[in-house]
Amino acid sequence: MIDVTAAPDVLGASIKRVEDPRFITGNGNFLDDIKLASMTHMAILRSPYAHANIRSIEIDAAKRMPGVLAVIVGGDIPYNPLPMAWPAGGSAGIQNNINTPRVLAMDGVKWTGEGVAAVVAETPEQAFDALEAIVVDWEPLPAVVDAEKATQPGAPQLHENAPNNVVFEWAVGDKAGTDAAVDSAEVVVRQRIVNQRLIPNPMETRGDIGWYNPGTDEYTVWMSSQTPHIQRLLLTAFVTGIPEHKVRCISPDVGGAFGSKIFCYADMALTMFASKLLGGRPVKWVESRRENYQSTIHGRDHITYLEIAGKRDGEITGLRVKTFANLGGRLSTIGPGIPTTLYGRVLTGCYKIPNVHCEVTGVYTNTTFVDAYRGAGRPEATYVIERAMDLFAAEIGMDRAEIRRRNFIAPDQFPYDNPSGLGTASGGAKIYIDSGNYEPALDKALAMAGYDGLAAAKAEARSRGKYMGLGLSTYIEVCGVAPSKWIGAVGEGWGAAMWESANIKMHLTGKTVVTVGTQPQGQGHETTYSQVVAHELGIPMADIVVQHSDTQGTPFGYGTYGSRTSSVGMTAAIKATGKIREKARRMAAHMLEASIDDIEIDGANYFVKGSPDRVKTIQEIAFAIDLAFDPPEGMEPYLDETAYHDTPNCTWPFGTHIAIVEIDEETGVV
Amino acid sequence: MSEHIAFVVNGTPRELDVEPRRLLVQALREDLDLTGTHVGCDTSQCGACTVHLDGRAIKSCTMLAVQADGAEIRTIEGLATSDALHPMQTAFWEKHGLQCGFCTPGMIMTAIDLLERNPDPTDDEIRHAIEGNFCRCTGYQNIVAAIRHAAETMRSGAAVTA
Repeated sequence: MIDVTAAPDVLGASIKRVEDPRFITGNGNFLDDIKLASMTHMAILRSPYAHANIRSIEIDAAKRMPGVLAVIVGGDIPYNPLPMAWPAGGSAGIQNNINTPRVLAMDGVKWTGEGVAAVVAETPEQAFDALEAIVVDWEPLPAVVDAEKATQPGAPQLHENAPNNVVFEWAVGDKAGTDAAVDSAEVVVRQRIVNQRLIPNPMETRGDIGWYNPGTDEYTVWMSSQTPHIQRLLLTAFVTGIPEHKVRCISPDVGGAFGSKIFCYADMALTMFASKLLGGRPVKWVESRRENYQSTIHGRDHITYLEIAGKRDGEITGLRVKTFANLGGRLSTIGPGIPTTLYGRVLTGCYKIPNVHCEVTGVYTNTTFVDAYRGAGRPEATYVIERAMDLFAAEIGMDRAEIRRRNFIAPDQFPYDNPSGLGTASGGAKIYIDSGNYEPALDKALAMAGYDGLAAAKAEARSRGKYMGLGLSTYIEVCGVAPSKWIGAVGEGWGAAMWESANIKMHLTGKTVVTVGTQPQGQGHETTYSQVVAHELGIPMADIVVQHSDTQGTPFGYGTYGSRTSSVGMTAAIKATGKIREKARRMAAHMLEASIDDIEIDGANYFVKGSPDRVKTIQEIAFAIDLAFDPPEGMEPYLDETAYHDTPNCTWPFGTHIAIVEIDEETGVV
Repeated sequence: MSEHIAFVVNGTPRELDVEPRRLLVQALREDLDLTGTHVGCDTSQCGACTVHLDGRAIKSCTMLAVQADGAEIRTIEGLATSDALHPMQTAFWEKHGLQCGFCTPGMIMTAIDLLERNPDPTDDEIRHAIEGNFCRCTGYQNIVAAIRHAAETMRSGAAVTA
């Protein structure tokens, strides 16, 4: 065959990332690197108290400070509170006592760091100086930070609509069956465990630039966000009331996120409001690290009572769990969804445990709000079941690896409908653990860690004055979120969908633009999407550019989190290449005066079956389609195709982690 | 009130009038538009703001611009020539030593400082040298590999081009 445009197949090849040159030379474009003409700077006054009423806020002195353009308090802003997009249980009838932040707090503060006033000034320094001239008359109140204590009698009460600080009471699994299994078991081990609060801490803090264009009555908001499309939807339909088509959201390069940049934050709306207040001067707000700790979401923070039941031979027959999930002083965008759907429903992990019941109480406390962080709910579930397996093994005197092996879902038992309810979401939209083979991963990890020699290694360490220990975890994770029918419509989730999108345009010169609905924060989407599209269309990677993270110019997408881009987003891109190929094939048949059924495709070459010298390349075909001087009957111009992909299931990655830690008994040095 | 300062940045003499409280990193980013140097933590913990001052790596978020008066400063923007990357930049690219890229400029500046003092560091010495630079994408394995690779390249004196 005539090899017109041979492009090496880059799929699976080890190639250098296409986004790296800008980052290694200092030419990245992060939020704080953006400078706009006449830009102003905003600083936010945050509560020094975990729980307090606001008697008054005196702003006149701040307004007179040098460079100050505006001082804003909550009552100035006509916007709604931030949305709550994922109540526990979705629409399944669970009562959720919802309180979300306002753009600036008005009814008192519920955590240290909640914003109460903002200053916009010519420089960031002037804005910070003016914050110090604002006088707030605080009425401090007793605070509670422990989720379990917050539900007990006498605890400080945060919200009138949430008695005992309870956000929701949610449960999953078979209560009667689990009670029977636990109460009649040969062996039951009980333990209270704490999964401590974590701060996501991306290297780049959050920030926004809001710009109101008075000429068009439109807003542009640059945001360090994982989800610009979702933010446009939430900021318009729920918070500001500004029509969705009048707002454009852009995420520039994002310096890490780890879940914390998925959500709708008050500062986004605040920069929009402030820019309009100033008649259209852009307003930049960049979060300090201290603010990042106080006012960007935290993760985890569970107190759990677990009971694991089984037989002396190591067979686990029941797991009963009660968890207090700390959700902070008000709810973040999907806070309640994390310790429910993404936790309780995967609590049995990679084990075949016939009876499970999990109760979760979501709790308000005087702490920063809690939402999705690195794994989000699933690491908390893994900690519960893995700690339980260790405890049970110790109780019956069985090896920790052996008890895991004894209870794994076997390779021939998939698809597996786990009893904590993945397959029993209301409405009947089931998802299953589709596949797995857990034992080889365990064996490989044990061999790598020298598990059989551990006892000797520990003894040897002891002789040197060291303590050595080993941590073992075998796990699965629900990734590739998520089938829309499961996560959305049936009430399991957040009343929205989770498909993804991609558009591919091949221009006259054969150069190709791929626009996608996902949003990278270091994952290398520009490289990986290019690899996939290059492979599918047989064109050089260098001829492809991947564009993302701008609601003007990319198809709607749900963003990047939950390990979803390659499984959901790239499948959309592959579907789009299929449409491109199909149209190109029709054009090739027309150009080569052949039947479409006789056109075969090999990489970039479209040729007549049996006559490989009668060939057109995809680039030649694109030229012909885009110009459209002589299209086949009914073909519209331009090689431009969009595809959407809704995944039929989540993905179910699994693995084994082993950590061996040695500590010096005198110094504590690890 | 402002102070007049003069320094050499990436080989070019520059003069600025700055507030006495202006940090060096702000002078670089805001006054000189050298935004490749990042602010991560505001408190000299994370190292994203690392630049070279008179040949040594320093954290520019905890130095006043006026303290840099008369100094010679090199930033991430001053490493590559028009036709060649610095071997450390190439090494980070080759060895996938970055993910989100936010820590990368500071990490590269610290790594170059290490190799200028110790051209053949052990992995332990590399890890010790970068302990003041955080990567929250947790890419340390590849960062260490990149620095080791750059050390080999720079010792061999091979010309490295983009």
